[in-house]
Amino acid sequence: MTETLLPLLVAVPLLGALLTIATGLVSERGPPTVTALFLVVQTALAGWIGSRVLLNGRLSNEVGGFVAPYGIELVVDGLSAVVVTLVAVVSLAVLVYAVRDDSGGTAFYTEYLLLVTGLSGMSVTGDVFNLYVFLEISGLATYALVASAGTGRSAVSALKYLLFGTVAASLYLLGVGYALVATGTLNMADLAVELANAGYDSPLVLASFGFVVVGLATKTALFPLHTWQPDAYNDSPDSVSAFISALVSTVAAYALLRIVYTVYTPAFFEAVPVARDALVVFACVSIVVGSVLAVAQSEVKRMLAYSSVSQYGLVVVGLAIGTRAAVFGAIVHLVGHAIMKGGLFVAAGTIDDLIGARTVDEYAGLADRFPVLGGASAVLMLAMVGVPPAVGFAGKWYIALGAVRAGTWPVAIVIFASTLLTLAYFAILVERMFVAPASSSVRAATDGGSERLGGPTETPRSLLALVVGAAVVAVALGFAVTDLGTALEPTLDMLLSP
Amino acid sequence: MIDLLTTKYTYLVVVALLAIGAYVMIESDNFVKKIIGLNVFQTGIFVFFISAAFRTGGKSPVVQSGGGGGPFVSPLPHVLILTAIVVGVSLTAVALGLVVRIYESYGTINEDTLEEVRAND
Repeated sequence: MTETLLPLLVAVPLLGALLTIATGLVSERGPPTVTALFLVVQTALAGWIGSRVLLNGRLSNEVGGFVAPYGIELVVDGLSAVVVTLVAVVSLAVLVYAVRDDSGGTAFYTEYLLLVTGLSGMSVTGDVFNLYVFLEISGLATYALVASAGTGRSAVSALKYLLFGTVAASLYLLGVGYALVATGTLNMADLAVELANAGYDSPLVLASFGFVVVGLATKTALFPLHTWQPDAYNDSPDSVSAFISALVSTVAAYALLRIVYTVYTPAFFEAVPVARDALVVFACVSIVVGSVLAVAQSEVKRMLAYSSVSQYGLVVVGLAIGTRAAVFGAIVHLVGHAIMKGGLFVAAGTIDDLIGARTVDEYAGLADRFPVLGGASAVLMLAMVGVPPAVGFAGKWYIALGAVRAGTWPVAIVIFASTLLTLAYFAILVERMFVAPASSSVRAATDGGSERLGGPTETPRSLLALVVGAAVVAVALGFAVTDLGTALEPTLDMLLSP
Repeated sequence: MIDLLTTKYTYLVVVALLAIGAYVMIESDNFVKKIIGLNVFQTGIFVFFISAAFRTGGKSPVVQSGGGGGPFVSPLPHVLILTAIVVGVSLTAVALGLVVRIYESYGTINEDTLEEVRAND
């Protein structure tokens, strides 16, 4: 019964996007209302389907009654349930910020819902070509959202993102083409069987793996394929940077995990150890270089962007190591990073709106003026560093544990080093906010800010609630990790079975 | 070698298109030419799929009632590429829209000139 509702996870936001255009013609208040309404429905639906899946096991639906592997199959297992719920919840939460901050009109809300459509589709599809289509839908919506700041800078960043993103998706498509030539099928579960029959050492299979991984790694923004990402995060409107930093790369990393484990399966790694080693090295370089670049930044949003390069490196290293603990750690870190980074971008955007502070130096003395906002941001930063009991610690702990159990000691050392580097750049910010006295330039900026907003600078309640909420969830999830581990056990069994 | 060229030449076209597309995207300073390069690159992938569907003596896959009548070319890659072409057209439209916006803001569609304009800001 529940499985017949699976297509709604894609159809609800898509319908919402159409109705947003329709209501936008009638009234100006229509689009945000319709968007909120559909996202509430989407969240309820995703939560309900997610809880069913975690209780009763995976669900699948053959769309339009075309039998898999010929038709397109939608599949929700524990992992996709977690991701699709995350997408719905975060998009609803960020909408609160978007409505306040960037009332970009009908087009903005339509793109917003289309992005939710694409991301949900990527999370639930069981077909590799369908994944390409949703990848491009979410890509198109993201390019438009980045450019919705309306400035020339944002248009340049969006175009750069578009060129990178399209080539990445095209490489993914080429990889799918190689797999199709090798096997004649596109269904993920069927591909797993047929690829094994084709032989994992066949050049076609190896080439398809290479193209797919490079394509999705570009979308995930791993070093050195990350160059589109800091500009896109920095130049987009604040609410959009919170949204895309929390979700777009996260779902791309999810797709990588899904493809590696459901399509190529752990047996592929067993047969071709060099593929695993290459992925581990690639991700480790990303962890270290991303952190180093983040330390070197003076603008807060760029620092957060480079920090993502390093954090996604952690996720990919977890999935590449492939022990049970490491893969679970990757999933936990994927979810945790989305919440922490989304919250931090909302905080950074709010501070920019309030007092015009965009650089690390301008954050001096911030906690005196905004104790709650500063405190919640500090909690999120420390959670990201990996201070227990927050979720950032849990994710890193499981990945490191998995690395040690797999005997890859260098990876454990890299994770430890990256924690220190993460501490390096977030400690500077925390020190600025809580210890350093407010510099004169900040006071000037503050005065300018007050005049611009007309009145005393008080943090809007809804935004404060968002940042504090993200901080609370980041800590609470740390306690809930063992429960999540129990709930995901059947899914992990299935993913990791050779 | 000659045999390979005469039977598999479409794959050489694929390689040529991918290389030309990538080269134009990297080498050209002009945003519109970069987008043209992107289109050429994608076309290379389209040709790859279509070539993969070919089989010697294959007919268009319209099955008469009662079945039989093969061999047919594989219809699946054609359908996939139809979708990919639509995606490519939408991407081109968005990209050109962004180029128009860049031209309105900076008065140039040349990457190097844009760097100079932005450095002066």
